[in-house]
Amino acid sequence: MGTWTWFHKLASPPHFYRIAGRLIPWFAVPAALLIAGGLYGGLVRAPPDYQQGEAFRIIYVHAPSAWLSLVCYTTMAVAAAVGLIWRIKLAHALAAATAPIGASFALLCLATGSLWGRPMWGTWWEWDARLTSQLILFFLYLGYMALRSAYDDLGRADRASAVLAIVGIVNVPIIHFSVDWWNSLHQGSTVIRKGGPAMPPSMLVPLLMCFAGFTLLYAALACIRVRAEVLERERNATWLRELPPA
Amino acid sequence: MSAVTTGLGRAAWLVFERDLRLAFRRWDQVSHPVVFFVMVVTLFPLALGPEPSLLRNMAAGVVWVAALLSSLLALESLYRADFEDGTLEQLTLSGQPLAWLLLAKTLAHWFLSGIPLVVAAPVLAASLAAPSTVVGVLMTSLALGTGVLSFLGSVGAALTLGTRRGGVLMSLLVLPLAMPVLIFGARATEQAMHGEPAAGPLWLLAAMLILAITLAPWASSAAVRISLD
Repeated sequence: MGTWTWFHKLASPPHFYRIAGRLIPWFAVPAALLIAGGLYGGLVRAPPDYQQGEAFRIIYVHAPSAWLSLVCYTTMAVAAAVGLIWRIKLAHALAAATAPIGASFALLCLATGSLWGRPMWGTWWEWDARLTSQLILFFLYLGYMALRSAYDDLGRADRASAVLAIVGIVNVPIIHFSVDWWNSLHQGSTVIRKGGPAMPPSMLVPLLMCFAGFTLLYAALACIRVRAEVLERERNATWLRELPPA
Repeated sequence: MSAVTTGLGRAAWLVFERDLRLAFRRWDQVSHPVVFFVMVVTLFPLALGPEPSLLRNMAAGVVWVAALLSSLLALESLYRADFEDGTLEQLTLSGQPLAWLLLAKTLAHWFLSGIPLVVAAPVLAASLAAPSTVVGVLMTSLALGTGVLSFLGSVGAALTLGTRRGGVLMSLLVLPLAMPVLIFGARATEQAMHGEPAAGPLWLLAAMLILAITLAPWASSAAVRISLD
């Protein structure tokens, strides 16, 4: 079976519905284990930071959600482009299902960042470059969701929001760069930098576990939400009536 | 099917000239956003007090925010009337590349919405006690920035054509994308205010304008086609 046949088969709603249903536990269980292990390692086992004390532990939620908010936006834009170019409805469904997840991660990142800012910078909110570009990313998600809900017709909502997602992804680096240039107070990167991570393994390993766990959590959530999207879009299809009752 | 006899240049010129002519006949479409611009700037001294040193510190930001809001308001007139009377549909069916025609339309819109702001800006800057040395930089930054705003806005306006309550929704879509323009425009003016060279942000604005002119018409034409479905 060639890649294309496989791809086409995956893009058919009934097939995807079945596969995604089977995949959910494979994503969800490791995600739960990794997040539980990572949070235990990060919140309980890891030593306090020599400079930031206990407050640094927020990174175990903050950094993975920042990463996921970007991953979600990229996934959304790529899925939207695939849907727009090859007219694959399932890709549109994935984009639509991803937006609220990404917006939640962006909000979680903002909230944890502000909680961390209180003891560290002495304010809940600082007009720092990374916080601000995260906020603008959150606004982009809001705009995307607002545009989707403004259309009654699903097909037009799909295509219009796809154009917006593509315009958005072209703008994300520009926004990031311009805000960076505008004002930077955020600490530099600790994990990915020249000369290896500036973190002992007892801190780094739980963090990497959280990164992997959050990413798998997104995969599980995406499967659940795309299945719901498929149900909504295919509500009159015969294959749904032939499904065994859950 | 008859062959297309109008060349690209001629087609673009016809669209451009038509929009200018229409605007000169319905002058309020051009004048209302400028009046709005002036009024928003007036709000700040009223809200914050007439202290000249305070106003001078904020002048760059205030003028730029007002220009951004006013250009959002002006976007209503870019496609709405042509969408409602069917002109946009005829442009799509004309056999000319739609992106090219929309480029001409958006250029006309930039002239009509940007130039009045550029002309009004020195007066407003003076009213906010800004030194006269910044006028050149302020006008240049507004001329470049309103171009980027017109092109970004043309995508937002085209995307919201087919929806109810397009205006507020369009603002939600365009504002986050427009924030870099605000940053560079206000910063260029700010630097000129402090006697520093402002060429850096101005060049960045120019680069963004070129990028917007290159890419935005394609997105707008895709959006217009979706709205016409």
